[in-house]
Amino acid sequence: MEFFRPATLNDALTLKSAHPTALCINGGTDVMVELNFDRKRPETLLDLSAISELSEWSDQGDSILLGAGVSYTRIYHELAKELPGLAMASRTVGSLQIRNKGGVGGNLGSASPAGDAHPALLASGATVNVASVNGTRAIDINDFYVGPKKNAMNPDEIITSVLIPKARGGQQYSKIGTRNAMVIAVCSFGIAIDSTNKSVGTGIGSAGPTPLRAHEAESYAASHLDWTHGSAVTPEMMKEFGALVAAASKPIDDVRGTAAYRRHTLAVISGRCLKWAWTSTQEMRSK
Amino acid sequence: MRLTCTVNGKVETVDDVWPGESLLYVLRERMGLPGAKNACEQGECGSCSVHLDGILVCACLVAAGQVEGAEIKTVEGLAGAKDLHPVQQAYLDAGAVQCGFCTPGLIVATVDLLEKNADPSDSEIREALAGNLCRCTGYSKILDAVRLAAVRLEGAGVE
Repeated sequence: MEFFRPATLNDALTLKSAHPTALCINGGTDVMVELNFDRKRPETLLDLSAISELSEWSDQGDSILLGAGVSYTRIYHELAKELPGLAMASRTVGSLQIRNKGGVGGNLGSASPAGDAHPALLASGATVNVASVNGTRAIDINDFYVGPKKNAMNPDEIITSVLIPKARGGQQYSKIGTRNAMVIAVCSFGIAIDSTNKSVGTGIGSAGPTPLRAHEAESYAASHLDWTHGSAVTPEMMKEFGALVAAASKPIDDVRGTAAYRRHTLAVISGRCLKWAWTSTQEMRSK
Repeated sequence: MRLTCTVNGKVETVDDVWPGESLLYVLRERMGLPGAKNACEQGECGSCSVHLDGILVCACLVAAGQVEGAEIKTVEGLAGAKDLHPVQQAYLDAGAVQCGFCTPGLIVATVDLLEKNADPSDSEIREALAGNLCRCTGYSKILDAVRLAAVRLEGAGVE
């Protein structure tokens, strides 16, 4: 096995072009499990952890440009105000040891439907920036997940950053699991309310071949929330919204839970998330 | 490949390293530092917790090739010439060690917690140690040990 540890992104792109089957590693929390258990033996390992620009984030005015290698720990310590949904999702990743190393780039690279960051990225309308020797591409998050553990990237491309709009209203994230740490989601849900555009974004995790949006639930919430007076979300709205989210999911039975359980819990947590996110939208408005 | 890194303040060089092997394997099998324990090899148990450039990580999830030039601190680097580290002493005094297998990882994770938060609440302790499993289920005494270490470190004026 060849091992490359480029210090610059340009060097990394040249190497990825010359070795398109190279497996990228950064935080290592996914890739090392594959190597330790002999599930993967890549001919080439491309270590991105020495490239400093991948572990930086910057304020772009309306958005945050988040380097693919910024750790989950840093996301919730440094960006909880701008990206509350992603920060909440980041807090639920593995354990402190995992959050200290893992980042959004790995979640996107693996493209597992259970990745904790996906619902928050979908709900916020993020854009994934990828690069190759031929230039850069900005991939809409809605076009990024193309199948189970498959994303829209070409073999010569590397994920460099994610552009995420700053919160323009309340955001929430909720995850079902057997305990509060070290849990792969049985299912998960993210919501982002945009009080500027009077719209609602959603993301469903671990209940379909890919992370999913719940489009009908979004339209329902946008047309039923009281944007003028901010009156509270009613139990009927929570129920209807939850039912539409559950209907948008495409879960299967597996070791972590049945499809029926996933639909049920999704309906419950999404209704709660709508209520919580709307409450924080009103709190943001009154400030 | 040849790998050079600093472990517990000492520059170590080892040869014939396979770059895809874990930092844990390097520490235990190539450097003779068996303090970090090998159990799950997938980041679930925390037995192999070490500090890598000041950050708490599972050594099993770091590729050897990634630590070239890095600074690593293991449980072996905590005790002084004469005395145990206050966190180690607190684990002993609180009876927080049963079979002992999870202890090194828990001690490193506790040192990490108390460096950042000198007076953690119980929920903060639980969150900080959630990535370290004790198969003997001796969590009550482990929490006692963390509280005892926090009191002693604060009393000693150690950050």
